[in-house]
Amino acid sequence: MPLLSLMTFIPLAGALVLLGVPKSRTETIKWVGLGFTIIAFILSVIVTLQYVPTQPGFQMQEYYSWIPQIHVNYHLGVDGISVPMILLTGLITMLAGVASWNIKIRVKEYWVLFLFLETGMMGTFACLDLFLFYIFWEIMLVPMYFLIGIWGGPRKEYAAIKFFLYTLAGGVLMLIGFLALYFTSEPHTLSIPLLQSLGQQGKLFAGNNFRFYGLTLPHLVFLALFIGFAIKVPVWPFHTWLPDAHVEAPTPISVILAAVLLKMGGYGFYRISHPILPDAAKHFSWLFLILGIIGIVYGAFVALAQTDFKKMVAYSSVSHMGFILLGMSAFTIEGFIGGYYQMFSHGILTGAMFLLVGVLYDRAHTRDLNAFGGLAAKVPVYTFVLSIMALGSLGLPGMSGFIAEFFTFLGAFPVYREMTMLAVLTIVVTAGYILFMMQRVLLGPLNEKWANMPDINARELLTVVPLIVITIALGVCPSLLLNIINPVMKTMMVAIGPLHP
Amino acid sequence: MLNYTNLIPLIPLIPLASFVILILFGSRMKEKAAYVSIGAALAAFALSVPGIMMTLKHQSVHMEWIWLYLGDRPIKMGFMIDSLTAMMLFVVTFIGSLIHIYSVGYMHGDKRFSRYFAYLSLFFFSMLLIVLGDNLIMVFIGWEMVGLCSYLLISFWFERMSAARAGMKAFLANRVGDVGFLLAILSFFWMFGTVNFEQMAEKIHQYQGTMLVIPAVLLFCGAVGKSAQFPLHVWLPDAMEGPTPVSALIHAATMVAAGVYMVARSFFVFHGNIEAMQVVSYIGCFTAFMAATIALTQTDIKKVLAYSTLSQLGYMVMALGVGGYIAGPFHLMTHAFFKALLFLGAGSVIHGTGTQDIRQMGGLMKKMPITAWTFLAAFVAIAGLPPFAGFWSKDEILLSTFNSPVPGHLFLFAVGLFTEALTAFYMARVFFLTFLGDARDKEIHAHESPLVMTVPLAILAFFALFIGLPGSPMAGHWFQHWLQQSFPYMHAHEIHLNFGVMGASIFLALSGIGLAYLMYIKGTISPDKVAQSIRPLYIYSLNKWYWDEIYGMFLIKPFLWSTNALYAFDVWIVDGVVNGAAMVARGLGFLQFIFDKYIVDGIVNLFGWVTQKSSRIVRLVQTGIIQNYILLLVVGLALIVWFKILENMHAVL
Repeated sequence: MPLLSLMTFIPLAGALVLLGVPKSRTETIKWVGLGFTIIAFILSVIVTLQYVPTQPGFQMQEYYSWIPQIHVNYHLGVDGISVPMILLTGLITMLAGVASWNIKIRVKEYWVLFLFLETGMMGTFACLDLFLFYIFWEIMLVPMYFLIGIWGGPRKEYAAIKFFLYTLAGGVLMLIGFLALYFTSEPHTLSIPLLQSLGQQGKLFAGNNFRFYGLTLPHLVFLALFIGFAIKVPVWPFHTWLPDAHVEAPTPISVILAAVLLKMGGYGFYRISHPILPDAAKHFSWLFLILGIIGIVYGAFVALAQTDFKKMVAYSSVSHMGFILLGMSAFTIEGFIGGYYQMFSHGILTGAMFLLVGVLYDRAHTRDLNAFGGLAAKVPVYTFVLSIMALGSLGLPGMSGFIAEFFTFLGAFPVYREMTMLAVLTIVVTAGYILFMMQRVLLGPLNEKWANMPDINARELLTVVPLIVITIALGVCPSLLLNIINPVMKTMMVAIGPLHP
Repeated sequence: MLNYTNLIPLIPLIPLASFVILILFGSRMKEKAAYVSIGAALAAFALSVPGIMMTLKHQSVHMEWIWLYLGDRPIKMGFMIDSLTAMMLFVVTFIGSLIHIYSVGYMHGDKRFSRYFAYLSLFFFSMLLIVLGDNLIMVFIGWEMVGLCSYLLISFWFERMSAARAGMKAFLANRVGDVGFLLAILSFFWMFGTVNFEQMAEKIHQYQGTMLVIPAVLLFCGAVGKSAQFPLHVWLPDAMEGPTPVSALIHAATMVAAGVYMVARSFFVFHGNIEAMQVVSYIGCFTAFMAATIALTQTDIKKVLAYSTLSQLGYMVMALGVGGYIAGPFHLMTHAFFKALLFLGAGSVIHGTGTQDIRQMGGLMKKMPITAWTFLAAFVAIAGLPPFAGFWSKDEILLSTFNSPVPGHLFLFAVGLFTEALTAFYMARVFFLTFLGDARDKEIHAHESPLVMTVPLAILAFFALFIGLPGSPMAGHWFQHWLQQSFPYMHAHEIHLNFGVMGASIFLALSGIGLAYLMYIKGTISPDKVAQSIRPLYIYSLNKWYWDEIYGMFLIKPFLWSTNALYAFDVWIVDGVVNGAAMVARGLGFLQFIFDKYIVDGIVNLFGWVTQKSSRIVRLVQTGIIQNYILLLVVGLALIVWFKILENMHAVL
């Protein structure tokens, strides 16, 4: 059974089914839409369970020749790097679907686009061909553009256009990089596994003496890919689309944006740029280090200055995503695992944070942190849930964020001691913005304006509780995730080699 | 037969289970929730007893398991019980259980009663991780978790803004220290490839000399945060916003002592590392002295005790710094008993009178006899009067300082002695003003606390008086020999009595108490006049050396300013570039539009225009009237003929 294709295109099938449902039957539309995300989630679980971590190479592959003239193949397959991302996508999309119950206008269009988006995300993580990758990557922009631009907040048009153009610009650079890889590989290919083995054997760009201000062609290709991915991560200074997009996007879309879309940049590093161009990646390790550290420190500082709840979480994302770069900059297995762990953990934690901001926004219709106060006395269950997730973001041991940060530090410290110290110092600032947020929203005397605020309801709890369970499980028992990613990381580290051999 | 080793994980896990039960179902249990938590605490105590007994027989227990693989590298976790852990287990589970019981009375009627006990259980779990952990990661995990519990319990009455702020302050100050701790862990991982205590101690000789100075000081930073040493001491006095039993358990007896425990546990890093030891001892000594001077003038009974705790913790840290690896933990244990007792006594007083201000109290001996007598027991213990607990441990510290290899040890010794006099004075002051004399505020109708509170007081009083005896010469320094097991890398040396040190310490303690007696009982010396005569010092002490103000001015404000500045930078510069690029693109688009409209299209239109205009002129000719055409024809012919004639004329001429 073509499991990966089924998983990828089931949401698209759902979107087509929804097109046939009359517009007025909103309840039916919601249930059908949610049903398809549930099916996709179940399929992603099956993929995870069927994946055998100890077996090397890509699994569950599907391979059909598509456009033989330019060597494009329909090639899907998964390994330890894509499986957790696929699971994350399935889970988060389903939970965001539950959180979409509050979408009241143009329900049909919303769900059609929502399902279309899921196909793009699943495809990006499941494909093994650069042409397919580019298609899935770009195709996601379309539903995302409309989802922000139609169902967003007051400045939705600005945010949607900014998001679209910024990512598109990155995508174009990425495409140039892909084309360069295609034309320099011998024989010409767009197959990721093939390019990886060519790159790791040093056969890519062999004999190419092109120089541009001292940069070789692989360096330039790497930079093109890097910028394309970095915009998506987002890496400082390409991050400013993120706060706008998050603030304007409706809650479920913020959740997907933070939890899944931001991971595609990091996934690009792990899947494409580093394994295919290991030497260029090492040449630019300083770039990863510097931009990673700046992102970590800068994001945390700016998060502390925020008065908008969503913006605070958005900037905290910039800070957290810096760990991916820091981890990858050291070319140690601990750092690579730490960065990857951070991707997954951030998806869970920040996804939950955006869900919880949404819960508050639905009740208060404001995100101004200073407008709240003392809610702990009024909404104890919400307080409890928000506190857990906030503490998880803060990196409290016992939750996944701590493990990710700890591994990253462990990997980076032996290589860059002073710079790692700078990043470690940031844990104080992180604690600062998280606790400051909790103090302003939850503690102190109750702001009488919210004296009638209802506590979090069962549907909203349903969206958050699975994430709480996962973040604690991954914090106490990291092997759950490590068992999947350890073997493939080991193989990759052997192939890439250390920074200074 | 059940193997005891396999039961060790239950010691922390039972309180964890209690936490989970209470957080999920606690609100439905009402005040019965306390039984779950107390049961868990007592179970942890009961399960610890066999382990403690084994260490008495000079055995230790160790278990470990592989937590995870990072690549190929296994990372192990484990629990162990040796004599140092056994001492901590005894302190934590025994005092902790008593405080659980006491809390039933103290928290009676609180609307978040079950939540309080849930947090206590979570604290128990986390603290036991610190105590039982056989490696620094486990200790760090517990370390951060107790910090969380401390935060939750300090801001337990979060409706009060001051409580909410105090909790945050505590967490952040601790985090600053934790940066050091985390960096120390990273350094040790890098150097030794492991952070297991036993394995690190075995490999430590590879790194003698200056290489260990920085990691050791970083590790000590963690202790500075948790044990509230200068310069991170500012959170502990504010932490008194929490319920008083919490102050007793977390902010006096156990958690704040974790820093001392951690340094003792990893003493192999400090041993022989003179630079690091100097840092430790001077910070401890300074904290001990500074806090004692502040305690002299405070009028809030809990604040006095808080500064006293700071001071005593400074004492313990100084002990470790001068090489007193036994003296520090010894004082940790005796202090845990008498300071817990002092706080619980203060709690009983607050419960009975409704005030925390000692100026409003007085004469409570008659109305609250059990509280008063137990408080007296704690007072004599902390003041350092023989043969009570504090005397033996303080003497041990002073002796270690006196014989220390650390440069400047005699200075430290002198400050330590002087601090002892200060301690005796301020404790006597609190005792006299609270319990003796006449009631100063007639509005207050004090009553003795219920048995659930006074029985724990009585039990603690017994220990506060006599827990020092196993470490006394009469017992042949049994305690010291027992604890020595946990320091196999140290050469045990015989303890020589020094009656000079002992005598000086007794003399200074007595003179401190005597001075307080003259000032607050006899009235021969007027406290107001003393305050007047040294007014600048008095004000300085009353305002706690202005640390909060200094930090606010020089750290917090610039920091907050920098976050706002960076945000402005983000909006105007980083995003400005993006929006600028968009504007440039739009501008170029506009220019292109202009070019397109006026140049490209203009040329096209020009052709049209020219054609149109020229055709209009040409059209003038085409009138359609035959006469005009003939006229033109004739004129044309005439012109041609005319030109031909002119041509020919030239030729002829």
